[in-house]
Amino acid sequence: MGNFLTSSSIGKKFVMSISGCFLLLFLIFHMVMNATAVISPEAYNVICAFLGANWYAVAGTAVLALGVLVHFLYALILTFQNWKARGGVKRYAVTKKEDSVSWSSKNMFVLGCIIVVGLIVHLYNFWYNMMFVELVGQHQNAMGFAPTDGASLIMYHFASIVWVIVYLVWFVAIWFHLTHGMWSMMQTVGWNNKIWLKRLKVIANVLSTLIMLGFAVTVIVYYLKSVGFDFFGLISW
Amino acid sequence: MNLTLKIWRQKDAKSKGGFETFKVEDVSPDTSFLEMLDILNNDLIHEGKEPIVFDHDCREGICGMCSLHINGFAHGPDTEITTCQLHMRKFKDGDTITIEPWRSSAFPVIKDLAVDRSAFDKILQAGGFVSVNTGGVPDANSIPIPKKDADESMDAAACIGCGACVATCKNGSAMLFVAARVSSLAKLPQGKVEGARRAKAMVAKMDELGFGSCTNTQACESQCPKLISISHIARLNREFLKAKFRD
Repeated sequence: MGNFLTSSSIGKKFVMSISGCFLLLFLIFHMVMNATAVISPEAYNVICAFLGANWYAVAGTAVLALGVLVHFLYALILTFQNWKARGGVKRYAVTKKEDSVSWSSKNMFVLGCIIVVGLIVHLYNFWYNMMFVELVGQHQNAMGFAPTDGASLIMYHFASIVWVIVYLVWFVAIWFHLTHGMWSMMQTVGWNNKIWLKRLKVIANVLSTLIMLGFAVTVIVYYLKSVGFDFFGLISW
Repeated sequence: MNLTLKIWRQKDAKSKGGFETFKVEDVSPDTSFLEMLDILNNDLIHEGKEPIVFDHDCREGICGMCSLHINGFAHGPDTEITTCQLHMRKFKDGDTITIEPWRSSAFPVIKDLAVDRSAFDKILQAGGFVSVNTGGVPDANSIPIPKKDADESMDAAACIGCGACVATCKNGSAMLFVAARVSSLAKLPQGKVEGARRAKAMVAKMDELGFGSCTNTQACESQCPKLISISHIARLNREFLKAKFRD
């Protein structure tokens, strides 16, 4: 088998594909977890307590961080190699976008960089004030909440319209990244053909939209709750 | 038609190169793009200037020699054609047309608009063939091949190796070319036998020659004069990964 996962172009793309698939599965899990916070903040806090500074949650976080690191490092390496292969600084004077080429497919690296910046901000806002606080043995974070009180932390951040806008922009970047990444992942591992290409693109668009809508709904519901909207009694907490 | 042409001129592979502007007048809309360049070169020769170097051969869209990047598109602003099949009626009187050579590290400029595409030959030499023992030629119908497989193989074999896929890909990737060659043989019983060796050898050579990797933008497919589908790239990925995991 050799070291084709680090030396061959298809091998490197395979690693991108598998790590991307892993991150996608985590994203689905995270979205479902967030959706719980919309239905019941208490239930959400029970999950937060379950996923606190326990060994399995810490191990899971470490594996996840490794997944992000591998995906991003390979993206850096591949982008640089591709830039060199294109001719480096010798570029076309005139370029036009082909009609059938999606914008996201040509901007995956830029979108990925936006996602990473958003991720750092997000880790500071939540992970640092939850799991990290617990790991260093403290019983409350800088906002005065218990580290397992995730619902209060969500309310604290999304009572601010600035954070709402920042997160929604971040979600849009992730949505674009996923719409291409999902079907591209299947193409890279070879699970695609002329018939399935269209189907995979539809599945990618629908799934990306559902995932990112799930995240957006949590942010918007908490913001509207903070300004006193009670959703006609439907969300009564 | 009267046109302004901005054409890339480069003395040799080591020179820096740059754009030069030319005017061509009274060009018929029915003239092919290459004929228009012939007219310009004729004028340049009469003026005692050096003509523009560009690749061409059959001029009927089957040899894959013509290789110009015109107004931002490989083979010009039309689909399913090579540069030699592009006609001036695709442009408007008074247009400025920018003509550049294919841009890719693996396709260095030889002179002006001509690039060295021998990298494709090297990839083919690495594995784009079926090894056969010499002897009597078997009857064509002695090996039954399902129509669907034969059609798919033929679709892939339509690749003329022009390099538009590499020229148009933002990564300078040759995956569509390699995939077409691997796929056309992998779909036939004669080629299947050496499928694993072929995929590994051709991808290794492609990487060695400095082509980029595929990020599935589908730009190659959209500019391919023979409409080779990226589904062949999926097959190449499959063949390659299967072969590597079996090793």
